[in-house]
Amino acid sequence: MATRTLDEARSAVKSACGDVRDAGTSDDVDGVTPSLVARPASTEQVADVMRAAASHGLAVVPRGHGTKLSWGRPPERADLVVDLSRMDAVLDHASGDLIVEAQAGAGLADVQRAVAIAGQRLSVDETVPGATVGGTLATAASGPGRLLSGTVRDLLIGVTVVRADGVVAHAGGRVVKNVAGYDLGKLVVGSFGTLAVVTEAVFRLHPIPAARSLVTRDVATPAEAQRLVQAVLHAQVVPSAVEIRWGDGRGAVSVLLEGRETGVRARTAATVALLGDGATTATGDLPDDWSRYPWHGTPATALKATFAVSGLERVLADATAGGDRIDLRGSAGAGVTYLAVHETDVGAVAALVERLRRTCASLGGALVVLDGPADVKAAVDSWGPVPALDLMRRVKHQFDPARTLSPGRFVGGI
Amino acid sequence: MNRTGLNAVTIAAQRVLPPDAVITDHTRLRTYDCDGLAQYRVTPALVVLPQTTGQLAAVVRACAEHGVPFVARGSGTGLSGGALPHADGVLVVTSRMRAILAVRPDDQRAVVQPGVVNLDVTKAATGFGYYYAPDPSSQQVCSIGGNLAENSGGAHCLKYGFTTNHVVGAEFVTPDGDVVALGGTAPDAPGYDLLGAVVGSEGTLGVATSVTLRLVRLPEDVQTVLCGFATTDDAGAATTAIISAGIVPAAIEMMDALAIEAAEAAVHCQYPEGAGAVLVIELDGPAADVSAELDDVQRLCRESAAFEIRVAADDAERALIWKGRKSAFAAVGRISPDYIVQDGVIPRTALPEVLLAIADLSSRTGVRVANVFHAGDGNLHPLVLFDDSVDGAGTAAEEVSGAILDLCLAHGGSITGEHGVGADKVAYMPRMFTDDDLDTMQMVRCAFDPAGIANPGKVFPTPRLCGEVPGRHRGAHPLVEAGVAEAF
Repeated sequence: MATRTLDEARSAVKSACGDVRDAGTSDDVDGVTPSLVARPASTEQVADVMRAAASHGLAVVPRGHGTKLSWGRPPERADLVVDLSRMDAVLDHASGDLIVEAQAGAGLADVQRAVAIAGQRLSVDETVPGATVGGTLATAASGPGRLLSGTVRDLLIGVTVVRADGVVAHAGGRVVKNVAGYDLGKLVVGSFGTLAVVTEAVFRLHPIPAARSLVTRDVATPAEAQRLVQAVLHAQVVPSAVEIRWGDGRGAVSVLLEGRETGVRARTAATVALLGDGATTATGDLPDDWSRYPWHGTPATALKATFAVSGLERVLADATAGGDRIDLRGSAGAGVTYLAVHETDVGAVAALVERLRRTCASLGGALVVLDGPADVKAAVDSWGPVPALDLMRRVKHQFDPARTLSPGRFVGGI
Repeated sequence: MNRTGLNAVTIAAQRVLPPDAVITDHTRLRTYDCDGLAQYRVTPALVVLPQTTGQLAAVVRACAEHGVPFVARGSGTGLSGGALPHADGVLVVTSRMRAILAVRPDDQRAVVQPGVVNLDVTKAATGFGYYYAPDPSSQQVCSIGGNLAENSGGAHCLKYGFTTNHVVGAEFVTPDGDVVALGGTAPDAPGYDLLGAVVGSEGTLGVATSVTLRLVRLPEDVQTVLCGFATTDDAGAATTAIISAGIVPAAIEMMDALAIEAAEAAVHCQYPEGAGAVLVIELDGPAADVSAELDDVQRLCRESAAFEIRVAADDAERALIWKGRKSAFAAVGRISPDYIVQDGVIPRTALPEVLLAIADLSSRTGVRVANVFHAGDGNLHPLVLFDDSVDGAGTAAEEVSGAILDLCLAHGGSITGEHGVGADKVAYMPRMFTDDDLDTMQMVRCAFDPAGIANPGKVFPTPRLCGEVPGRHRGAHPLVEAGVAEAF
């Protein structure tokens, strides 16, 4: 950006929100260096910042703790990072109504701490340490618990957003049951910061179960994994999670059971019987990496594979058919798995992506390259073919006609 | 009226549909003049009954080409006038699209056409050990397409969620007449969650022609409890105690004395005599969990002064308990010639306060109000009773009904929990949402339906025309001048 233009923009943003600084390399958005970082403290300030950005044509990337900022495609441009980390308050926990209202910059862990006091939880896994409410909504990040409780898509009951033009809008409300007006929350969830900036969210909560157990059994083949997962799903043990881990030609199926003490005991016994010889049971805390993605702490290429549940065997077989080093884990019960591809050869990664994409598509799902090294991202189609793309572009055009919100990060270059 | 356009659409419909699927005869058109909210009646200009996606899309395409509004209708059971026809438009009825295309227990999915009746999905899946969870009271008649449009709930959505949590994919005809795939078999389809926006949009964004549904494993055990209390306060306290104990029942329903009286007269459900309120509590899930919860629920109800607790011993007793609750709306017809059903929502903890305020409103105005509601999630269904043959009674009832919605909003609730805004509550939308909120929702409408031909006049009061800069109005829109679009 030309110096004079930048100076004008900086002073405009500064008058909207006192906390503005020049960006450094640590503010890079997937390799793109922004010029400015603003840290608004309220929805009103976000609105003022967005208005200032709009009038100066600044490309804006919203950011929470930045734990998933490199997901999706690199933005075409990023002039201003709107950092929501100052908006970190848990605004209201109405325990009797089982709802919580939080600002977008609040950490999921902070929300959990606040609601745990009343024996409640937000049934959303912290898949990346430090994840915020806003970032989790923007990426629709989910973990093992989605099998029983759904994802943020299902738990979000009200949302406050600031549009690209600085207008503040709400949808939903503070009650779980509500069908008045369009459900804008659904559109914002998983939109990667391309439609609006989320500033506040209301979620429904669940009681923390009294007891928990985790039944795990090693599996030697994709067919065995499929058989056991189907057996558990068709039983009436109501698992909170049915997870698969796979890599190096072997893996494990884990079943999380939660609820009443007596109920969990009975269902654990039933699950052990279903999984057969070699099933082990653990109670107490879940393993440290229980809700983490398989690429946690590695520079691997990060894939998300979705498929009809009965396609698990094919997905596992195809994931390892090329002999690539991969770690797969995810919700076998929901048909959503994640892969860390440790292979660094771009051609090999691209071939794996193509192969798995065909498989997932034939199983009613999709394969998305969530993240990866720059050379991999340059060589692959991150999002793959997306139906109804024209309609999505029309939605984007309505919300952000100047394409200033995270341009290029999302499907079809949106 | 856009007579030329309508003629063109009629000809286009006759080209793709058999003669008996295109209705132009006025007498027959009149049989479609309302949905479940019969106080609003409009005779449509044309009714079509497509059987395939191709036929339905062809009719919508013709509507788009000629600027003719269309309204989609499933079984017509909606309670907010969402499927109220447009006098100058086409009513697209999906009742002949009744095929269950697939039931796949291994994927926990069913694929159905929009005209399929809600309960028929469960019937088709039960043999495999599965069912379709959302269960609106009209489930023996209402269609999946209508459920999708209205994001229907039901007594059991407290635990299992609403239609939006159970629809994973749809084949969808846009107001341009294009057929697009939304969502998929698997969850988390990449891109904007357009399906999430479409579910509950009350037919204003297009028409689903096939729907992929999530099937849920049947629970191992179900227990249904009927509790009699002296007052709604006691019943409310019991509800709070149950929720606070960390129990998430499949359903907690409450009826007050007047609603009980009506149900008793209509279906002889044998609810506890002299009860000022009853709770119907259903627990489902694994047997050991349900058994432990059942003990707790009975204890908590006793502690909240329940004077009678009955646990259904078998399916027949369970059915009788539910019969009283599910027939409550119709039953009110026994004790009042006319009534208005409201659908407001409040935070559950505000229940005692709001019930008190409704009682006060009722005694002040002399308008009787029977209360039936989903106590677990704060969804009230006050039945405002009146006799339309009495001068001014209808207006008085309307006023009470509106005041109840204002009460809900004052407590941070919603004007509709499951019946939808439709034609009925359009006027209340600005009380719940700001102009900016409504304007932002309108952006979604403009993306899907820039010409405003899909179910115009529903959900949103006087929306701006697409392409118009918000807040700045100048002259009539060209479509309005041409007589093509509604002037809203």
